[in-house]
Amino acid sequence: MNDLLKALVEFGPDLWKATLDTLLMVSATMASAALLGTPLGVLLFTSGEGGLYPKPILHRVVGYVVNVLRSFPFIILLVILIPFSRLVVGTSIGPKAAAVALSFAVIPYFARLVEQNLRDVPKGVIDMAQACGASKAATIFKVLIAEAMPALIGSFTVTATGFIAYSAVAGAVGAGGLGDLAIRYGYYRFETSVMVWCVVIMFVLVQSTQWLGAWAARRFDKR
Amino acid sequence: MIELKQVSKRFETPGGKAVDALLSTDLTIASGRVFGLLGFSGAGKSTLLRLINRLEEPTTGSVRVDGHELTGLSHDALRQARQGVGMIFQQFNLLSHRSALHNVEFSLEVGGMASTARRTKAREALAAVGLSDKETAYPAQLSGGQRQRVAIARALATSPKILLCDEATSALDPHTALSILRLLKHLNKERGMTIVIVTHDIKVANYLCEHCVVLERGGVVDHIDMANPQPQSRLGKFFFDTAKGWTDQTVLPQEDA
Repeated sequence: MNDLLKALVEFGPDLWKATLDTLLMVSATMASAALLGTPLGVLLFTSGEGGLYPKPILHRVVGYVVNVLRSFPFIILLVILIPFSRLVVGTSIGPKAAAVALSFAVIPYFARLVEQNLRDVPKGVIDMAQACGASKAATIFKVLIAEAMPALIGSFTVTATGFIAYSAVAGAVGAGGLGDLAIRYGYYRFETSVMVWCVVIMFVLVQSTQWLGAWAARRFDKR
Repeated sequence: MIELKQVSKRFETPGGKAVDALLSTDLTIASGRVFGLLGFSGAGKSTLLRLINRLEEPTTGSVRVDGHELTGLSHDALRQARQGVGMIFQQFNLLSHRSALHNVEFSLEVGGMASTARRTKAREALAAVGLSDKETAYPAQLSGGQRQRVAIARALATSPKILLCDEATSALDPHTALSILRLLKHLNKERGMTIVIVTHDIKVANYLCEHCVVLERGGVVDHIDMANPQPQSRLGKFFFDTAKGWTDQTVLPQEDA
Protein backbone atom coordinates (compact mmCIF):
# COMPACT_ATOMS: atom_id res chain seq x y z
CA MET A 1 0.00 0.00 0.00
CA ASN A 2 2.81 2.28 1.01
CA ASP A 3 4.62 1.43 -2.22
CA LEU A 4 1.55 2.37 -4.22
CA LEU A 5 1.25 5.78 -2.59
CA LYS A 6 4.96 6.42 -2.96
CA ALA A 7 4.75 5.53 -6.64
CA LEU A 8 1.82 7.86 -7.04
CA VAL A 9 3.79 10.78 -5.61
CA GLU A 10 6.97 9.92 -7.47
CA PHE A 11 5.40 9.14 -10.85
CA GLY A 12 2.37 11.41 -10.58
CA PRO A 13 3.47 13.78 -13.34
CA ASP A 14 4.38 10.84 -15.60
CA LEU A 15 1.04 9.18 -14.94
CA TRP A 16 -0.77 12.43 -15.68
CA LYS A 17 1.08 12.95 -18.95
CA ALA A 18 0.56 9.33 -19.94
CA THR A 19 -3.15 9.64 -19.22
CA LEU A 20 -3.37 12.74 -21.40
CA ASP A 21 -1.45 10.96 -24.17
CA THR A 22 -3.83 8.01 -23.99
CA LEU A 23 -6.81 10.32 -24.06
CA LEU A 24 -5.36 12.15 -27.06
CA MET A 25 -4.73 8.91 -28.93
CA VAL A 26 -8.13 7.47 -28.17
CA SER A 27 -10.00 10.72 -28.93
CA ALA A 28 -8.26 11.13 -32.28
CA THR A 29 -8.91 7.47 -33.05
CA MET A 30 -12.58 7.69 -32.16
CA ALA A 31 -12.96 10.90 -34.13
CA SER A 32 -11.67 8.99 -37.16
CA ALA A 33 -14.12 6.20 -36.40
CA ALA A 34 -17.05 8.61 -36.29
CA LEU A 35 -16.07 10.84 -39.18
CA LEU A 36 -14.67 8.26 -41.60
CA GLY A 37 -15.81 4.87 -40.29
CA THR A 38 -19.47 5.87 -40.20
CA PRO A 39 -19.74 6.97 -43.84
CA LEU A 40 -17.75 3.91 -44.89
CA GLY A 41 -20.22 1.70 -43.00
CA VAL A 42 -23.14 3.50 -44.63
CA LEU A 43 -21.52 2.96 -48.03
CA LEU A 44 -21.00 -0.75 -47.28
CA PHE A 45 -24.63 -1.11 -46.30
CA THR A 46 -26.31 0.94 -49.01
CA SER A 47 -24.19 -0.46 -51.85
CA GLY A 48 -24.69 -4.07 -50.78
CA GLU A 49 -27.11 -6.57 -52.19
CA GLY A 50 -30.63 -5.75 -51.06
CA GLY A 51 -29.25 -2.43 -49.85
CA LEU A 52 -30.80 0.89 -50.62
CA TYR A 53 -28.80 1.57 -53.78
CA PRO A 54 -26.99 -1.62 -54.81
CA LYS A 55 -23.63 -1.10 -56.48
CA PRO A 56 -22.19 -4.63 -56.50
CA ILE A 57 -18.72 -3.81 -57.84
CA LEU A 58 -18.13 -0.84 -55.56
CA HIS A 59 -19.43 -2.89 -52.64
CA ARG A 60 -17.01 -5.69 -53.38
CA VAL A 61 -14.01 -3.40 -53.77
CA VAL A 62 -14.73 -1.52 -50.54
CA GLY A 63 -15.38 -4.82 -48.78
CA TYR A 64 -11.99 -6.16 -49.86
CA VAL A 65 -10.15 -3.02 -48.76
CA VAL A 66 -11.85 -3.17 -45.38
CA ASN A 67 -11.03 -6.84 -44.95
CA VAL A 68 -7.40 -6.37 -45.97
CA LEU A 69 -6.96 -3.56 -43.44
CA ARG A 70 -8.61 -5.64 -40.77
CA SER A 71 -6.34 -8.60 -41.49
CA PHE A 72 -3.17 -6.75 -40.53
CA PRO A 73 -1.86 -7.52 -37.06
CA PHE A 74 -1.89 -4.13 -35.39
CA ILE A 75 1.81 -4.10 -34.62
CA ILE A 76 2.61 -4.62 -38.32
CA LEU A 77 0.21 -1.85 -39.26
CA LEU A 78 2.08 0.44 -36.88
CA VAL A 79 5.36 -0.29 -38.60
CA ILE A 80 4.27 -0.06 -42.22
CA LEU A 81 2.46 3.19 -41.56
CA ILE A 82 5.61 4.93 -40.33
CA PRO A 83 6.22 6.80 -43.61
CA PHE A 84 2.56 7.74 -43.85
CA SER A 85 2.48 9.01 -40.27
CA ARG A 86 5.52 11.13 -40.96
CA LEU A 87 3.70 12.64 -43.90
CA VAL A 88 0.44 13.32 -42.07
CA VAL A 89 1.45 14.35 -38.57
CA GLY A 90 5.13 15.04 -39.18
CA THR A 91 6.45 12.36 -36.87
CA SER A 92 6.67 8.60 -36.77
CA ILE A 93 6.80 8.21 -33.00
CA GLY A 94 4.69 9.37 -30.10
CA PRO A 95 0.95 9.53 -29.53
CA LYS A 96 0.18 11.42 -32.74
CA ALA A 97 1.87 8.81 -34.91
CA ALA A 98 0.16 6.05 -32.98
CA ALA A 99 -3.19 7.79 -33.53
CA VAL A 100 -2.63 7.50 -37.28
CA ALA A 101 -2.07 3.76 -37.04
CA LEU A 102 -4.95 3.37 -34.60
CA SER A 103 -7.20 5.24 -37.03
CA PHE A 104 -6.28 2.83 -39.80
CA ALA A 105 -7.29 0.01 -37.50
CA VAL A 106 -10.47 1.58 -36.20
CA ILE A 107 -12.02 2.87 -39.45
CA PRO A 108 -12.61 -0.52 -41.12
CA TYR A 109 -13.55 -2.09 -37.79
CA PHE A 110 -16.14 0.52 -36.94
CA ALA A 111 -17.40 0.55 -40.53
CA ARG A 112 -18.30 -3.13 -40.25
CA LEU A 113 -20.15 -2.50 -37.00
CA VAL A 114 -22.05 0.40 -38.58
CA GLU A 115 -22.94 -1.79 -41.54
CA GLN A 116 -24.32 -4.44 -39.21
CA ASN A 117 -26.27 -1.89 -37.14
CA LEU A 118 -27.90 -0.50 -40.28
CA ARG A 119 -28.71 -4.02 -41.46
CA ASP A 120 -30.69 -4.46 -38.24
CA VAL A 121 -33.00 -1.53 -39.03
CA PRO A 122 -36.31 -3.09 -40.08
CA LYS A 123 -36.60 -3.20 -43.86
CA GLY A 124 -40.18 -1.93 -43.57
CA VAL A 125 -39.23 1.56 -42.43
CA ILE A 126 -37.04 1.95 -45.51
CA ASP A 127 -40.03 0.94 -47.65
CA MET A 128 -42.08 3.47 -45.74
CA ALA A 129 -39.57 6.25 -46.39
CA GLN A 130 -39.45 5.40 -50.08
CA ALA A 131 -43.23 5.30 -50.28
CA CYS A 132 -43.39 8.76 -48.67
CA GLY A 133 -41.10 10.04 -51.42
CA ALA A 134 -38.02 10.52 -49.25
CA SER A 135 -34.76 11.39 -51.01
CA LYS A 136 -31.71 9.17 -50.68
CA ALA A 137 -30.13 11.55 -48.18
CA ALA A 138 -33.30 11.78 -46.10
CA THR A 139 -33.62 8.00 -46.05
CA ILE A 140 -30.05 7.58 -44.89
CA PHE A 141 -30.04 10.30 -42.24
CA LYS A 142 -33.61 10.53 -41.00
CA VAL A 143 -34.45 6.86 -41.18
CA LEU A 144 -31.44 4.55 -41.28
CA ILE A 145 -29.00 6.39 -39.04
CA ALA A 146 -31.68 7.87 -36.78
CA GLU A 147 -33.33 4.50 -36.21
CA ALA A 148 -29.98 2.78 -35.65
CA MET A 149 -28.72 5.49 -33.27
CA PRO A 150 -28.94 3.53 -29.99
CA ALA A 151 -27.16 0.58 -31.65
CA LEU A 152 -24.57 2.89 -33.24
CA ILE A 153 -23.83 4.45 -29.86
CA GLY A 154 -23.44 0.96 -28.44
CA SER A 155 -20.98 0.02 -31.20
CA PHE A 156 -19.10 3.26 -30.70
CA THR A 157 -18.78 2.58 -26.98
CA VAL A 158 -17.56 -0.97 -27.49
CA THR A 159 -15.04 0.29 -30.05
CA ALA A 160 -13.84 3.08 -27.75
CA THR A 161 -13.26 0.75 -24.81
CA GLY A 162 -11.53 -1.71 -27.08
CA PHE A 163 -9.24 0.93 -28.47
CA ILE A 164 -8.33 2.25 -25.03
CA ALA A 165 -6.73 -1.13 -24.52
CA TYR A 166 -5.40 -1.15 -28.10
CA SER A 167 -3.69 2.19 -27.58
CA ALA A 168 -1.65 0.52 -24.85
CA VAL A 169 -0.26 -1.86 -27.47
CA ALA A 170 0.88 1.15 -29.46
CA GLY A 171 2.84 2.09 -26.36
CA ALA A 172 5.14 -0.78 -27.16
CA VAL A 173 6.56 1.17 -30.09
CA GLY A 174 7.06 4.35 -28.18
CA ALA A 175 3.65 5.89 -28.58
CA GLY A 176 3.56 7.19 -25.04
CA GLY A 177 0.43 6.80 -23.00
CA LEU A 178 -0.45 4.53 -20.15
CA GLY A 179 0.50 1.35 -21.97
CA ASP A 180 3.94 2.72 -22.68
CA LEU A 181 4.42 3.76 -19.06
CA ALA A 182 3.24 0.39 -17.79
CA ILE A 183 5.70 -1.44 -20.02
CA ARG A 184 8.70 0.82 -19.44
CA TYR A 185 8.47 1.15 -15.69
CA GLY A 186 6.23 -1.68 -14.62
CA TYR A 187 7.66 -4.40 -16.77
CA TYR A 188 11.23 -3.49 -17.72
CA ARG A 189 12.10 -1.84 -14.40
CA PHE A 190 10.02 -3.99 -12.10
CA GLU A 191 8.10 -0.98 -10.76
CA THR A 192 4.96 -2.98 -10.17
CA SER A 193 3.26 -0.04 -8.44
CA VAL A 194 3.44 2.07 -11.60
CA MET A 195 1.92 -0.73 -13.60
CA VAL A 196 -0.88 -1.07 -11.07
CA TRP A 197 -1.63 2.65 -11.33
CA CYS A 198 -1.67 2.45 -15.09
CA VAL A 199 -4.14 -0.40 -15.00
CA VAL A 200 -6.29 1.43 -12.46
CA ILE A 201 -6.44 4.53 -14.64
CA MET A 202 -7.24 2.48 -17.72
CA PHE A 203 -10.00 0.79 -15.76
CA VAL A 204 -11.44 4.17 -14.82
CA LEU A 205 -11.28 5.29 -18.47
CA VAL A 206 -12.97 2.14 -19.73
CA GLN A 207 -15.59 2.26 -17.01
CA SER A 208 -16.50 5.89 -17.59
CA THR A 209 -16.63 5.37 -21.37
CA GLN A 210 -18.96 2.44 -20.86
CA TRP A 211 -21.12 4.43 -18.47
CA LEU A 212 -21.27 7.43 -20.76
CA GLY A 213 -22.11 5.24 -23.76
CA ALA A 214 -24.88 3.42 -21.93
CA TRP A 215 -26.32 6.73 -20.76
CA ALA A 216 -26.28 8.21 -24.28
CA ALA A 217 -27.80 5.10 -25.82
CA ARG A 218 -30.61 5.14 -23.24
CA ARG A 219 -31.38 8.75 -24.08
CA PHE A 220 -31.81 7.90 -27.75
CA ASP A 221 -33.65 4.64 -27.27
CA LYS A 222 -37.40 5.14 -27.42
CA ARG A 223 -38.26 1.54 -28.17
CA MET B 1 -57.48 6.20 -61.91
CA ILE B 2 -54.80 3.54 -61.71
CA GLU B 3 -54.00 1.70 -64.92
CA LEU B 4 -51.65 -1.24 -65.08
CA LYS B 5 -50.90 -2.51 -68.56
CA GLN B 6 -49.17 -5.83 -69.00
CA VAL B 7 -47.09 -5.33 -65.90
CA SER B 8 -45.04 -8.23 -64.69
CA LYS B 9 -42.40 -8.66 -62.04
CA ARG B 10 -39.61 -11.17 -62.09
CA PHE B 11 -37.18 -11.41 -59.17
CA GLU B 12 -33.69 -12.61 -59.93
CA THR B 13 -32.26 -14.57 -57.04
CA PRO B 14 -28.51 -14.48 -56.32
CA GLY B 15 -28.29 -18.15 -57.37
CA GLY B 16 -29.25 -17.10 -60.91
CA LYS B 17 -32.79 -18.41 -60.58
CA ALA B 18 -35.74 -16.26 -61.50
CA VAL B 19 -39.07 -16.12 -59.71
CA ASP B 20 -42.09 -14.71 -61.49
CA ALA B 21 -43.89 -12.91 -58.68
CA LEU B 22 -46.37 -11.39 -61.08
CA LEU B 23 -47.23 -12.57 -64.58
CA SER B 24 -48.32 -10.09 -67.20
CA THR B 25 -51.35 -8.38 -65.69
CA ASP B 26 -53.83 -5.73 -66.83
CA LEU B 27 -55.80 -3.92 -64.18
CA THR B 28 -57.78 -0.69 -64.01
CA ILE B 29 -58.90 0.81 -60.74
CA ALA B 30 -61.35 3.70 -61.01
CA SER B 31 -60.92 6.78 -58.83
CA GLY B 32 -62.75 6.87 -55.53
CA ARG B 33 -63.15 3.10 -55.36
CA VAL B 34 -62.13 0.62 -52.72
CA PHE B 35 -60.38 -2.18 -54.51
CA GLY B 36 -59.23 -5.46 -52.99
CA LEU B 37 -56.35 -7.72 -53.99
CA LEU B 38 -57.21 -11.11 -52.56
CA GLY B 39 -54.99 -14.17 -52.39
CA PHE B 40 -52.78 -16.41 -50.28
CA SER B 41 -49.24 -15.55 -49.28
CA GLY B 42 -46.91 -15.58 -52.23
CA ALA B 43 -49.69 -15.06 -54.76
CA GLY B 44 -48.18 -11.78 -55.91
CA LYS B 45 -50.72 -9.40 -54.39
CA SER B 46 -48.20 -7.38 -52.41
CA THR B 47 -45.95 -7.19 -55.45
CA LEU B 48 -48.86 -5.90 -57.49
CA LEU B 49 -49.62 -3.27 -54.85
CA ARG B 50 -45.98 -2.17 -54.61
CA LEU B 51 -45.83 -1.73 -58.39
CA ILE B 52 -48.42 1.03 -58.10
CA ASN B 53 -46.00 3.38 -56.30
CA ARG B 54 -42.99 1.71 -57.88
CA LEU B 55 -41.60 0.36 -54.63
CA GLU B 56 -40.97 -2.50 -57.04
CA GLU B 57 -39.72 -1.79 -60.53
CA PRO B 58 -41.93 -3.56 -63.06
CA THR B 59 -40.00 -5.99 -65.26
CA THR B 60 -42.35 -5.22 -68.13
CA GLY B 61 -45.41 -3.11 -68.74
CA SER B 62 -46.59 0.33 -67.71
CA VAL B 63 -48.12 1.88 -64.62
CA ARG B 64 -50.23 5.03 -64.97
CA VAL B 65 -51.66 6.96 -62.05
CA ASP B 66 -54.22 9.66 -62.94
CA GLY B 67 -52.94 9.65 -66.49
CA HIS B 68 -49.29 10.08 -65.49
CA GLU B 69 -46.91 7.39 -66.55
CA LEU B 70 -44.89 6.25 -63.50
CA THR B 71 -42.55 3.87 -65.24
CA GLY B 72 -39.50 5.66 -66.52
CA LEU B 73 -39.88 8.67 -64.24
CA SER B 74 -36.66 10.13 -62.90
CA HIS B 75 -35.85 9.68 -59.22
CA ASP B 76 -37.02 13.19 -58.32
CA ALA B 77 -40.18 13.03 -60.40
CA LEU B 78 -41.02 9.68 -58.84
CA ARG B 79 -40.54 11.14 -55.35
CA GLN B 80 -42.95 13.90 -56.27
CA ALA B 81 -45.49 11.38 -57.57
CA ARG B 82 -45.19 9.28 -54.41
CA GLN B 83 -46.31 12.25 -52.32
CA GLY B 84 -49.69 11.78 -53.96
CA VAL B 85 -49.94 8.09 -53.07
CA GLY B 86 -50.14 7.17 -49.39
CA MET B 87 -49.20 3.74 -48.10
CA ILE B 88 -49.73 1.79 -44.91
CA PHE B 89 -48.26 -1.54 -43.91
CA GLN B 90 -48.95 -4.65 -41.87
CA GLN B 91 -46.14 -3.80 -39.45
CA PHE B 92 -47.07 -0.09 -39.35
CA ASN B 93 -43.44 0.93 -40.03
CA LEU B 94 -43.35 3.86 -37.67
CA LEU B 95 -40.03 5.42 -36.75
CA SER B 96 -39.34 4.33 -33.19
CA HIS B 97 -37.29 7.40 -32.34
CA ARG B 98 -40.07 9.85 -33.24
CA SER B 99 -43.21 10.78 -31.37
CA ALA B 100 -46.58 10.23 -33.03
CA LEU B 101 -46.73 13.82 -34.25
CA HIS B 102 -43.18 13.69 -35.65
CA ASN B 103 -43.95 10.40 -37.36
CA VAL B 104 -46.89 12.05 -39.10
CA GLU B 105 -44.70 14.99 -40.03
CA PHE B 106 -42.21 12.69 -41.71
CA SER B 107 -44.13 12.43 -44.98
CA LEU B 108 -44.44 16.23 -45.16
CA GLU B 109 -40.86 16.81 -44.10
CA VAL B 110 -39.41 14.66 -46.89
CA GLY B 111 -41.71 16.50 -49.29
CA GLY B 112 -39.97 19.71 -48.32
CA MET B 113 -42.76 21.47 -46.38
CA ALA B 114 -41.69 24.16 -43.90
CA SER B 115 -41.83 23.19 -40.25
CA THR B 116 -44.71 25.37 -39.03
CA ALA B 117 -46.94 24.42 -41.95
CA ARG B 118 -46.26 20.75 -41.53
CA ARG B 119 -46.93 20.87 -37.80
CA THR B 120 -50.41 22.22 -38.52
CA LYS B 121 -51.03 19.62 -41.22
CA ALA B 122 -49.77 16.79 -39.04
CA ARG B 123 -52.05 17.88 -36.18
CA GLU B 124 -55.02 17.86 -38.57
CA ALA B 125 -54.12 14.38 -39.76
CA LEU B 126 -53.75 13.06 -36.21
CA ALA B 127 -57.12 14.57 -35.37
CA ALA B 128 -58.65 12.87 -38.41
CA VAL B 129 -57.62 9.47 -37.04
CA GLY B 130 -58.77 10.34 -33.53
CA LEU B 131 -55.36 10.55 -31.88
CA SER B 132 -55.00 14.21 -30.98
CA ASP B 133 -54.25 13.26 -27.38
CA LYS B 134 -51.29 11.07 -28.37
CA GLU B 135 -49.11 13.66 -30.11
CA THR B 136 -46.12 13.21 -27.81
CA ALA B 137 -46.37 9.43 -27.39
CA TYR B 138 -43.65 7.26 -28.93
CA PRO B 139 -44.71 4.21 -30.96
CA ALA B 140 -43.61 1.91 -28.13
CA GLN B 141 -46.19 3.55 -25.88
CA LEU B 142 -49.07 2.99 -28.32
CA SER B 143 -51.26 -0.06 -28.96
CA GLY B 144 -51.24 -1.81 -32.32
CA GLY B 145 -54.42 -0.08 -33.43
CA GLN B 146 -53.11 3.32 -32.37
CA ARG B 147 -49.86 2.70 -34.25
CA GLN B 148 -51.77 1.90 -37.40
CA ARG B 149 -53.79 5.09 -36.91
CA VAL B 150 -50.59 7.09 -36.68
CA ALA B 151 -49.40 5.38 -39.88
CA ILE B 152 -52.69 6.28 -41.56
CA ALA B 153 -52.32 9.88 -40.39
CA ARG B 154 -48.80 9.95 -41.86
CA ALA B 155 -50.21 8.72 -45.17
CA LEU B 156 -53.09 11.23 -45.02
CA ALA B 157 -50.90 14.22 -44.20
CA THR B 158 -49.86 14.80 -47.79
CA SER B 159 -53.55 14.66 -48.87
CA PRO B 160 -53.04 11.78 -51.30
CA LYS B 161 -55.71 10.76 -53.79
CA ILE B 162 -54.77 7.11 -53.39
CA LEU B 163 -54.09 4.99 -50.31
CA LEU B 164 -52.31 1.67 -50.67
CA CYS B 165 -52.85 -0.77 -47.81
CA ASP B 166 -50.55 -3.78 -47.53
CA GLU B 167 -52.25 -6.23 -45.14
CA ALA B 168 -53.02 -3.22 -42.99
CA THR B 169 -55.15 -5.09 -40.45
CA SER B 170 -53.48 -8.52 -40.47
CA ALA B 171 -51.42 -7.85 -37.36
CA LEU B 172 -54.40 -6.58 -35.36
CA ASP B 173 -57.03 -8.36 -33.31
CA PRO B 174 -60.48 -8.55 -34.96
CA HIS B 175 -62.06 -5.71 -33.07
CA THR B 176 -59.14 -3.34 -33.63
CA ALA B 177 -59.02 -4.45 -37.25
CA LEU B 178 -62.66 -3.51 -37.71
CA SER B 179 -62.13 -0.08 -36.19
CA ILE B 180 -59.28 0.52 -38.65
CA LEU B 181 -61.40 -0.71 -41.56
CA ARG B 182 -64.19 1.65 -40.48
CA LEU B 183 -61.73 4.50 -40.49
CA LEU B 184 -60.61 3.53 -44.01
CA LYS B 185 -64.20 3.31 -45.20
CA HIS B 186 -64.91 6.71 -43.69
CA LEU B 187 -61.86 8.23 -45.41
CA ASN B 188 -63.00 6.79 -48.71
CA LYS B 189 -66.51 8.24 -48.33
CA GLU B 190 -65.43 11.57 -46.87
CA ARG B 191 -62.47 12.37 -49.11
CA GLY B 192 -63.22 10.25 -52.15
CA MET B 193 -59.84 8.66 -51.67
CA THR B 194 -59.11 5.61 -53.81
CA ILE B 195 -58.13 2.69 -51.59
CA VAL B 196 -56.30 -0.41 -52.78
CA ILE B 197 -56.07 -3.03 -50.09
CA VAL B 198 -54.15 -6.29 -50.11
CA THR B 199 -55.64 -8.98 -47.91
CA HIS B 200 -55.97 -12.71 -47.46
CA ASP B 201 -59.06 -12.18 -45.33
CA ILE B 202 -62.43 -12.34 -47.09
CA LYS B 203 -64.02 -10.52 -44.15
CA VAL B 204 -61.90 -7.48 -44.93
CA ALA B 205 -62.88 -7.63 -48.60
CA ASN B 206 -66.54 -8.17 -47.76
CA TYR B 207 -66.69 -5.23 -45.42
CA LEU B 208 -64.64 -2.72 -47.34
CA CYS B 209 -64.23 -3.47 -51.03
CA GLU B 210 -66.48 -2.67 -53.95
CA HIS B 211 -64.45 -4.78 -56.30
CA CYS B 212 -61.81 -7.48 -55.86
CA VAL B 213 -59.44 -9.50 -57.91
CA VAL B 214 -58.22 -12.90 -56.76
CA LEU B 215 -54.57 -13.65 -57.39
CA GLU B 216 -52.95 -17.04 -57.56
CA ARG B 217 -49.32 -17.81 -58.44
CA GLY B 218 -48.72 -14.37 -59.85
CA GLY B 219 -51.81 -14.20 -62.00
CA VAL B 220 -55.33 -12.76 -61.67
CA VAL B 221 -57.77 -15.68 -61.65
CA ASP B 222 -61.00 -13.89 -60.74
CA HIS B 223 -62.68 -10.49 -60.92
CA ILE B 224 -65.40 -10.11 -58.34
CA ASP B 225 -68.02 -7.41 -57.96
CA MET B 226 -68.59 -7.39 -54.22
CA ALA B 227 -72.16 -6.09 -54.53
CA ASN B 228 -73.05 -9.26 -56.37
CA PRO B 229 -70.24 -11.75 -55.86
CA GLN B 230 -70.10 -14.59 -58.35
CA PRO B 231 -66.64 -16.13 -58.07
CA GLN B 232 -65.68 -18.26 -61.07
CA SER B 233 -62.33 -19.65 -59.98
CA ARG B 234 -61.76 -22.44 -57.49
CA LEU B 235 -59.81 -20.07 -55.28
CA GLY B 236 -62.46 -17.36 -55.51
CA LYS B 237 -65.13 -19.87 -54.49
CA PHE B 238 -62.98 -21.01 -51.60
CA PHE B 239 -62.70 -17.48 -50.27
CA PHE B 240 -66.45 -16.97 -50.37
CA ASP B 241 -67.06 -20.41 -48.83
CA THR B 242 -64.86 -19.56 -45.89
CA ALA B 243 -66.74 -16.28 -45.42
CA LYS B 244 -69.50 -18.39 -43.84
CA GLY B 245 -66.97 -19.85 -41.42
CA TRP B 246 -64.80 -22.97 -41.56
CA THR B 247 -66.44 -26.37 -41.58
CA ASP B 248 -65.28 -29.93 -42.19
CA GLN B 249 -66.90 -29.61 -45.60
CA THR B 250 -64.89 -26.55 -46.64
CA VAL B 251 -63.09 -27.55 -49.83
CA LEU B 252 -59.46 -26.49 -49.83
CA PRO B 253 -58.02 -25.32 -53.14
CA GLN B 254 -55.99 -28.27 -54.33
CA GLU B 255 -52.45 -26.96 -54.39
CA ASP B 256 -52.57 -25.82 -50.79
CA ALA B 257 -54.45 -28.84 -49.40
